[in-house]
Amino acid sequence: MTAISSTGPAAFLGRHEGLRGRLPGAQLPWVEALRDRSAAAFRAQGFPTRRVEAWKYTDLAVVNASVFGEPLTAVDDALALPPAAGPRAVFIDGRFRADLSALEGLPFTVENLASALPRLESRLGALARPEEQSLAALNGMLFEDGLVVTVPESVEAGVLELFSFATESERAPAFHPRHLVRLGAGASLTLVETAAGPATARYLHNPVFEIEVAEGARMNHGRLQQEGRDAFFLSTVYARVQAGGTYDNFTMNAGSRLARNEIHVALCGPKAECHMNGVQLLADGQHADTTTALDHAAPDCSSRQTYKTVLSGKSRGVFQGKILVRQIAQKTDGYQMNQALLLSPDAEIDSKPQLEIYADDVKCSHGATVGELDAEQIFFLRSRGIPLEQAKAILVEAFLTEAVEAVADEAIRDALSRAVTGWWQRQGIQGGIEAA
Amino acid sequence: MLKIENLHATVDGKQILNGLNLTIPSGEIHAIMGPNGSGKSTLSYVLAGREGYEVTEGSVTFGEVDLLAMEPEERAVAGVFLAFQAPVELPGVGNANFLRTALNAVRRAKGEAEIDAIQFLKLARARMKVLNMPDDMLKRPVNVGFSGGEKKRNEMLQMALLSPKLALLDETDSGLDIDALKLVSDTVNSLRGPDFSALVITHYQRLLTHIVPDRVHVLSAGRIVKSGGPELAHELEASGYGAIQDAAA
Repeated sequence: MTAISSTGPAAFLGRHEGLRGRLPGAQLPWVEALRDRSAAAFRAQGFPTRRVEAWKYTDLAVVNASVFGEPLTAVDDALALPPAAGPRAVFIDGRFRADLSALEGLPFTVENLASALPRLESRLGALARPEEQSLAALNGMLFEDGLVVTVPESVEAGVLELFSFATESERAPAFHPRHLVRLGAGASLTLVETAAGPATARYLHNPVFEIEVAEGARMNHGRLQQEGRDAFFLSTVYARVQAGGTYDNFTMNAGSRLARNEIHVALCGPKAECHMNGVQLLADGQHADTTTALDHAAPDCSSRQTYKTVLSGKSRGVFQGKILVRQIAQKTDGYQMNQALLLSPDAEIDSKPQLEIYADDVKCSHGATVGELDAEQIFFLRSRGIPLEQAKAILVEAFLTEAVEAVADEAIRDALSRAVTGWWQRQGIQGGIEAA
Repeated sequence: MLKIENLHATVDGKQILNGLNLTIPSGEIHAIMGPNGSGKSTLSYVLAGREGYEVTEGSVTFGEVDLLAMEPEERAVAGVFLAFQAPVELPGVGNANFLRTALNAVRRAKGEAEIDAIQFLKLARARMKVLNMPDDMLKRPVNVGFSGGEKKRNEMLQMALLSPKLALLDETDSGLDIDALKLVSDTVNSLRGPDFSALVITHYQRLLTHIVPDRVHVLSAGRIVKSGGPELAHELEASGYGAIQDAAA
C-alpha cells in the first residue's frame, strides 16, 4: 500500500482495493456489489467541499488532509467499563466485542453485523443513499462490523445500550460501523448510544444507521456523542417510519473536534411521527453540525424538532433543517425550532431552515433564535447571593431544559442529564442549580 | 446601618442621582417617595450593585464596609436584599431549586452549614403558608406565568428565607390588590427588629399605612428635598409632589 496516497479519498479508495477479498462479506456477491457501488459513489464525490450546498458551513478539509490507519486488532484489556446495568453491546474501534457485551436472554435479536452478514441482503443498504451522501458511500465501501437489532412484532424490547469506544493509538484509526435496527409492527425499543474515546487521540468514527420502524412501533434513539477532543465524528442516520409508528431521536453533541450529525427520516405511512431533539455543547476549538432532513411522504404525520446549541470560546455550531412535505402529505403538522446561546464573542452559529411544501393543507412552522445570557437574569441571581459563574451555569442549564424535557424516555433523559453535568465539570464550572 | 453621602450616579451617561444623602439606623424603616424619574429605582439598583449604574461621586457605607466596592452577590451575603419592582422571570429554572440554591449560596459564603432538600421544603412551606402561596408555586419556573401579585409574594418569600439586614423594596406595592398588599406588609413587619432596616420606595401613601415608616423622605431630581415623620406621607397624598418640588426649586 506504499504507492498510494496517504490522505484524502485516494487513501480510502486504496484501502478498499487493498482489502478486497478480506473485508467481511467478501465471498458474498451482493456485498461486493454494494462495496463497489459505494466506492464508485465515493470516488465521484470525495469528501464534500463547502461548494456542496449541504456542506456550506462545515469544512472537511482537515479530515481530507489527515492520515488514518486501520484499527488495531489487539485486544485492549485495560479498558475499564462500568458494569452493565442492562443489556449492552460494546464496540471497540468499530468492532464488536462479545466479551464486553451483555446480551443474553433477550426477547429480541441482537447480533453483530460481521457474523450476521449472510442474512442481511434485504436490509443492508435498504435505506442508505451513497450516491447522495458521500460519507455513507465511504461507510458502504469499508464497513466491517456493526449492531444488528431485530425486534419482533409487538415485543417491548426495553433499553439496549450501545457503547462505541475508540482506543489510544498512534495509527489514528478510521472506522465505519454500519448499524441496522428493525422494529416489527407494534414493537418498541430504546437504544441509548454512547460514543467516546481518549481525550487526545485522533480517529475517525463514521457510523451509518439504517432504522426501520414498522406500523405502530416506537423507537427511542438517544445518542451521547462524547468523543475525544481530537476526534472526527461523522454520523449519518437513516430512518423510515410506517403508519402510526414513531421515531424519537435525541442527540447530544459534546465531544470531538469536528462532528456532523446528519439524520434523514422518512414518514411513509399515515399518522407516523418523528421527534428530533438535541443539544450541542461546544467549547473552544470545537465544530458541531446537526443536519436534519425530514420527508413527509404520507398524510396526517407530525414532526417536532428542537435543537439547542451552547457555544463557548472559539467554537462553531451549525444547524440545517430541511422539511419536505410531498403533495400526498396533507394534514402534515411540522415544527422546527433552533436556538443558540453564545457565551463568547468568538463563537459562531449558522442556521439554515429549509421548508419545501407541495401539499396545500399543512401546518408547518420553524424558528431560530440566537442570543447571549440575559444581563437582567444574571443580576437577579447575583442579587440573591449566587456567584456569577454559578448564575451563568444555572441559566445555561435552563436554556437546555426545553430540549431535554422533550425527551420522552426516562433512561435517555437521565443519561443526558449526567452528560450535561459532566460537560460543565469539564469546563471547570462548579455547581449549577441545586435540586429541592 | 446604611449611610449614603453625596451620592452621584449616572445611567447611560445621564445624571440621575445628584448628591443624595441618607442615613438609615439599624432597626428603622424609611420610606422614599417621589415622582416618576426622580431616581427612586436608580437608587435601589445602585445599592444592589447592578451593572450600568455608575457612581461618579459620593459613598455608601453598610455597617462598617464600603458597599460600592462589593459585587452584587457579596452585598446579598452581607445582608442587602432588593425586592424588584418588576421581578425577573427565569424560564426553565424551578422556583424551589432556585430558592434553595440562593439560600445555600448565602449560607456557604457565611460559612454556615448548607440545608438539605427536606429541611428546605419545611422552611419554605412554613413561609409560604404565611404568604398564602400555594405549594405548586415551588414547582413552577421562577415567576413564569405568575400574576403580578404572585411575583411580589415570591419576592417576599425570597426575602423571608434570606432574612436580610437591609431590605430595599422597590415599588413592591405596584400592581397589588389590597389582600396581597397586606400579605407583603405582614412579611416586612414580621422581620422588624433591631437588626433589620428597610428602605421602602413607593409612589403612594397606601403601603405606608401597613408598613408604618420611622422616616419619610421625598426624592426629587436625584436628591432628598424633604424629610419628616410618617405624617409627611399623608401630606404628600393630599397636596401632591408639585408643592414640594416647587418649594425645593
